[in-house]
Amino acid sequence: MIKKVTTHLSQNEALLFERSSPGKKAYQLPELDVPAVDPAEALGAENVRAEIEGFPEVSEVEAIRHFTRLSTWNYAIDHGMYPLGSCTMKYNPRINELVARTEGLAWAHPYAPEALAQGSMEVMAALESALAEITGMDAVTLQPAAGAHGELTGILLIRGLLEKRGNPRKKILIPDSAHGTNPATAAIAGYAVENIKSSETGVLDVGALEKLVDQDVAALMVTNPNTLGVFEDHIADAAEILHQKGALLYMDGANMNALVGIARPGDFGVDVMHLNLHKTFSTPHGGGGPGAGPVAVKKALEPFLPTPRLKRSGKKWAWDFKRKHSIGRVKAFYGNFGVLVRALAYILAHGGPGLRNATIDAVLNAVYIRKQLEPYYDLPYNSPNMHEVVFSDDRQAKLGVRTGDLAKRLIDYGFHPYTVSFPLIVHGALMIEPTETEGKLELDQFVDAMIAIAREVEADPQMVKNAPYQTRTSRVDEVTAARKPVLRWKP
Amino acid sequence: MYPENFRYTKEHEWVLAEGDIATVGITDHAQSELGDIVYVDLPKVGTQIEAGKSLGSVESVKAVSDIYSPVSGEVSEINASLADAPEKLNSDPHGEAWLVKIRLSAPAEIQGLMTAADYQSYIGAEK
Amino acid sequence: MRYLPKSDSERREMLAVCGVNSPEELFDHLPEAARLKRPLDLAPGISEYEIVEYFRARAAENANGYASFLGAGVYNHYRPVLVDTVVSRGEFLTAYTPYQAEISQGTLTQIFEFQSMICQLTGMDVANASMYDGSTAVPEAAMMAVRATGKGRVLIAKSVHPEYREVLATYAKNQGIPVAEFGYVPEAGTIDLEDLDRRIDGLTGAVIIQSPNFFGIVDQVMAAAEIAHGHGALLVVLFTEAVSLGLVAPPAEADIVAGELQSFAISPSYGGPYAGIIATKEKYIRQMPGRLVGQTTDARGHRAFCLTLSTREQHIRREKATSNICTNQALIALMATVFMTVYGKQGLRELAQQNLAKSHYLAGKLKPRFCGKFFNEFVARVEGRSPEDVNKALLKRKIIGGVALGRYYPELADSMLLCATEMSRRADMDAVAEVLA
Repeated sequence: MIKKVTTHLSQNEALLFERSSPGKKAYQLPELDVPAVDPAEALGAENVRAEIEGFPEVSEVEAIRHFTRLSTWNYAIDHGMYPLGSCTMKYNPRINELVARTEGLAWAHPYAPEALAQGSMEVMAALESALAEITGMDAVTLQPAAGAHGELTGILLIRGLLEKRGNPRKKILIPDSAHGTNPATAAIAGYAVENIKSSETGVLDVGALEKLVDQDVAALMVTNPNTLGVFEDHIADAAEILHQKGALLYMDGANMNALVGIARPGDFGVDVMHLNLHKTFSTPHGGGGPGAGPVAVKKALEPFLPTPRLKRSGKKWAWDFKRKHSIGRVKAFYGNFGVLVRALAYILAHGGPGLRNATIDAVLNAVYIRKQLEPYYDLPYNSPNMHEVVFSDDRQAKLGVRTGDLAKRLIDYGFHPYTVSFPLIVHGALMIEPTETEGKLELDQFVDAMIAIAREVEADPQMVKNAPYQTRTSRVDEVTAARKPVLRWKP
Repeated sequence: MYPENFRYTKEHEWVLAEGDIATVGITDHAQSELGDIVYVDLPKVGTQIEAGKSLGSVESVKAVSDIYSPVSGEVSEINASLADAPEKLNSDPHGEAWLVKIRLSAPAEIQGLMTAADYQSYIGAEK
Repeated sequence: MRYLPKSDSERREMLAVCGVNSPEELFDHLPEAARLKRPLDLAPGISEYEIVEYFRARAAENANGYASFLGAGVYNHYRPVLVDTVVSRGEFLTAYTPYQAEISQGTLTQIFEFQSMICQLTGMDVANASMYDGSTAVPEAAMMAVRATGKGRVLIAKSVHPEYREVLATYAKNQGIPVAEFGYVPEAGTIDLEDLDRRIDGLTGAVIIQSPNFFGIVDQVMAAAEIAHGHGALLVVLFTEAVSLGLVAPPAEADIVAGELQSFAISPSYGGPYAGIIATKEKYIRQMPGRLVGQTTDARGHRAFCLTLSTREQHIRREKATSNICTNQALIALMATVFMTVYGKQGLRELAQQNLAKSHYLAGKLKPRFCGKFFNEFVARVEGRSPEDVNKALLKRKIIGGVALGRYYPELADSMLLCATEMSRRADMDAVAEVLA
């Protein structure tokens, strides 16, 4: 019996273009207090556009109804849990939204004179300092716009340092369990990728690593805990091996939610890492972005950080553009400041002890789920898990039901699916991360749902394969969408 | 199911040699593993290719698979009809959905490939 | 703590299920050496009220109550109230990337509308669901052109935003893509076509220009296209002031349009988050980076939307991906979509016309450096003292003047870049004119 959800009245809403008719308005501009100017004269007739063909014209009421109706077709954290592995879908505190909109911060222009930007600069300095403390690193840049952007910055920093030492080297080692952004980033940074297979316990194979690290290897990119949710217990040994051969250790910080206040990457040998503020630090996903991907480094890499950097000038903050070893800019201006404000608000709300407690609850929630689902789903790796747990669909696959099908049926129970088919080292993976902001009731409902589905697979596999049933649309035809892409509205 | 006059590779390509022109495609096993095929990326006519190197790729919604050439030579023709109808690869991978024709530079290479019987045991064993 | 929804008794129950006596035991498996043996050196958590006060104090240390004539890639435009109303809905704000189409039709539909409107504005066939910002859209567009043409050299105009050129340099260096710059004509402020023609060759994959350019001037898109196409290169046209698209003819001859949407109701917010776009012709779709939403049907035959052509992206192609980008600025793009909806076909034109009127009023009282036709920004020559000194004088009147250009263009050290938008008031423009006189 599905207790968490029922069907609900969900309005059919057309596209804006289909609601449009000429002359409808949702705006009013004030009267001009200066003379109007003839566009053809000012710009040259050939530079003036014809009307924007097909562009919608709707009233304010229609606009509000349109977007409100669309919003009711979404699932969101405000509705319930997203057990997405490595996404850390935690509560997005509303106080963060309020403070980010404080006028003096929201309207700050990046080229405002420094004397009139001290507030923004202080916010950034405070966040840099907090993140350095949390990660155990020496310096932080807030310039990268997202995790993958931070990864790229991190790898470019490695290249910068190695170039200065005389040889940038040629390849980056990446575990087969890594997130797709890792090899993509290495390629964009101009490095070849060499895959390193995980051991049979799912962690880094240090023996294999030792054989692979040579003078051509610039770095190893590792996620810790790894994408199985397991702590890389030999990571310090791995760091040692790399450092001895003049290579560096990059850590993908996507799973920091398992470590904050418990262990610091800087303490176990990491040279450079990125953080995902939209994961660990609660900034909202907003349907796919914005995020922010600060990069934290050890002292040796500090000179290479993107320009400009904050520096103290007497009692004030200033931007330092004179950084001759810097890798340059990875983005215009200083970073996704609005996202940084939200992350700092999150840190201020929790404080030191609070951040540690959040980590403890995150791990408790994941272990709680693991213990209760172990009898029903295959657990490919037996090691203790931290903030997430990975099952495989082996048992259900025998009856023809795969992880993707189970995920769709989970929707009928009122949950967003877990991460499907990742990491690639697990066949038919179910990757589950609850985060600390889920209470016992929600977790129990999730466990009950997963157990019910396991039973449904035994009783009626075909029913599960055709899920979901409760949603506004049934399964969507992704094949036709890819074969015959229709990427814009046409009348 | 697997034509006797074709030869097969471990990466699930088939090749049919007629004189010095070889026709290349992917096997029924390959298309079934990939699922619904949405796009095929083929080389330009005139491309020089070596046996074992990538000719292009085949895409489903969630995966991409490289196509490795079974033989060496020059691409003399490509199957343009697949651009509008990639689904032919699912329905007729051994016939209508051939991928490229190659003018062979080393015809003897064909002898080293698997026969239909060998290929059937190979995929039987893979499971 | 108010974000942790468990009572102590619930924690105890859960610990029992986990087979441990205390939460610390859950971390027993960590190697001793890796563990942090002291508390984090961060102050304890503070209340909501104290958080508000902290940021209010920071905001007070920024500019408050100043009229600003800054542009240069970030523009002061009025943000319609509907924008925050819509994006504050939890269903949009706290939703994830729409990988599960059945429960993300809100986000997907909105992105489809966004893609469509960007196509209509830019005159291109297809647009993606946004890039991080305009500055990173430039290297993405350059890499796209290099992939599409198979030719690895890039030419970029000096009249493209200086910081955008810096970002391109960082990316291009590591891809082994040589980048060279071509200049602008000193009188007009438009691209130097002769310089471009001298530098372009058969190895050039991309020519990148900005219009309106960094100086605010509408540039020579058609002429640049002829030269680029004549050598088998693609033309990338960049915009930083999206409001210009309401009135200025879109760059129809471009192969790729890249741009920044900050002007569409995105707070300046000291530099971000913003949203960039890449739009292009049909034939380059598969070379495009970033997410794409496509229209399809569900099993019952109803119209539905989903992410598509994902095989270009990192999570499938990994090292062979078109980009490493994972995010799209969905919430920011939604702000832009609401803005475009509120203004609509007529409103965007009227808004642009107001911008044109304001900037031309101000320019009429000053000495524009260039004779080229401009939109809402222009370069003003300052006589008798430095632009920095002028700005100091303006600050005393609670006015922030334009960007002094010397730091980016030494030959323009006597000039500043001034921007006037629909929010600029006549009295403030008169004051600027007075001080500069």
